[in-house]
Amino acid sequence: MLPFAFEWHWDIGHFVFMGLFYTALGVVSLGIAVALFRTFKDLYSGKDPHEMHHH
Amino acid sequence: MPMDDSRYWPQGTTRCKPIPFLIWMAFCLLLGGWAVHSATLCLWKGLNQTAMNDFFAFGVWIVVDLAIIALGAGAFFTGFMTYVLRRDELKNIINAAVIIGFICYSGAILMLGIDIGQPIRGWFGFWHANVHSMLTEVMFCITTYLIVLIIEFVPLVLENRQINKVPDLAFFAHHLHRIMIVFAATGTFLSFFHQGSLGGMFGVLYARPFAYRTGVAIWPWTFFLFILSAIASGPSFTTLMVMLTEKVSGRKLTTHKVKMMMGKVSGYLLTFYLILKGADTLYWANVTLPKMGVSFWDMYQSSYGIYLVWLELGLFGAVPAFLLLHRRVRESYGLLALAMILNCLGAVTNRFVFTIQPLAIPVLPFEKWQFYWPTIPEWGISFGVIAYGLIIFSLAYRYLPVFPQEVELNK
Repeated sequence: MLPFAFEWHWDIGHFVFMGLFYTALGVVSLGIAVALFRTFKDLYSGKDPHEMHHH
Repeated sequence: MPMDDSRYWPQGTTRCKPIPFLIWMAFCLLLGGWAVHSATLCLWKGLNQTAMNDFFAFGVWIVVDLAIIALGAGAFFTGFMTYVLRRDELKNIINAAVIIGFICYSGAILMLGIDIGQPIRGWFGFWHANVHSMLTEVMFCITTYLIVLIIEFVPLVLENRQINKVPDLAFFAHHLHRIMIVFAATGTFLSFFHQGSLGGMFGVLYARPFAYRTGVAIWPWTFFLFILSAIASGPSFTTLMVMLTEKVSGRKLTTHKVKMMMGKVSGYLLTFYLILKGADTLYWANVTLPKMGVSFWDMYQSSYGIYLVWLELGLFGAVPAFLLLHRRVRESYGLLALAMILNCLGAVTNRFVFTIQPLAIPVLPFEKWQFYWPTIPEWGISFGVIAYGLIIFSLAYRYLPVFPQEVELNK
C-alpha cells in the first residue's frame, strides 16, 4: 500500500506499519544491489573467483 | 555412463545411484500429484471440498501452516546465532537450517494460496492492507522473510560444482555470503514479528475465551509465547532433519557436538518457554476465564479433553525440556533424537490446540461442541507440502554442498 491508495490514512498506524515494511524491503534490496555491484566490479577487474574463500 | 550425475555431486562426496534416487523422487511426486488433484478440486469446485464450515474457518491447513512455520524457525534463529552472535560451529548446520526454513515458508505460502480460496486476489492483502490486523503483519513478514530465505539459499545453489564454474555466479555467491549478516539480521526481525503475530492473532480474540489472553500494550501474552515456542522447537527440527538424512544416507553430516549444541539451545529455550507458558495458563485459568464467566474445565470437553494439556505441556513439554537439559542425554544420539521429536510434537500440538479448539468450543448458549476432521483433499494438500519438502531437501542434499564437515567426517 502506498499513500495514494484510497484506504491510506496519515496516522501513526500506517506510518509505523508500512514504514517498517518498506525499511525491511529497502534493506534487502540494498543488500542485493551491493552484492551485484561488487560482482560486476570483480568481474571487470579480472579476478579469479575461485581464489576467494568465504568459509 | 548413461544417467551418471556424479559430476554434479558436491566435491569429495558420494551419493546413492540414480535409480534408487529416481524411485524415491517418483514416490514424492506421487504424493505431490495427490496434492495437485486436491488443489484443483478446491480451486475448481470451491472450499466446499473441505471440512471447514461456519464453525471452523480454520482447519488442518492452518494447523500445518502454523506448525511448519514454528518448526522452520530454526532458519532464523540458527542464522541469528551464527551470523549475529558469531557461534561459528553452527556454520556446519546453517545451510540445512536455511533449506528447511525455505521449504517450510514456501510450503506454507503455497498452502495458503489454496486456503484463501481465490489466490488470484492474494495481492489484495498488500495493497488494501488493514494495518490493525495481526494477520496483515503475518502476511507481510512471511512473504518478505521468504524473499530473505531465497537470498540465503541462492549462494548455496550457486556453489554447486558445475554452476560454480561460471565466474559471474561464483562472484555473486561470494558477495552474497559476505553480507549475509544483513540478511540474517533482517530475517530475525521479520521472523520475530510474524511468529509473534501468529500468536497475537489468537490472543486478541476476546469472543473466544479459549484463545483470549491479557498482555502488554497491543501484544497479548500469546505473542511472546509463540515466538518462544518457535525458537525452542526450530533448532530441534533442523537437527532432526539432519539426523534423518544421516540415517537414510548412511553418512555422517555434522559432528555430534553441533547437534548437542542445537539440543542445548532448544532445551534452555523450551524450559524458559514452559515456565512462562505455565504462568500464562495459571493466570488464564484462575483470572481471565472466571472474568469471562467460564471455567477452565468448560474449555476441555468432548473430543478436546484435558489430555491435550497433559500432552502439550507434559509429554511434549516438560519431558523433552528435562531430557535436553541433561548433557548425558544430549551425548546419546538416540535420546537426543527422541527428546527433539517430543519437543517438535509439542509445538505442533500447541498450534493444533490454538487453531482448532477455540472454534470447537460453544460460545453461544444454544451451541454445542463441534468436531472437525479434515476431508481427503485437505489431507492431500497437507501431505503435498511434506512431499514438496522431501523433494527440495533430497535434491539439495544430492547436488549442493550443504554440510561443510561431510567430506572430513566420512574419510
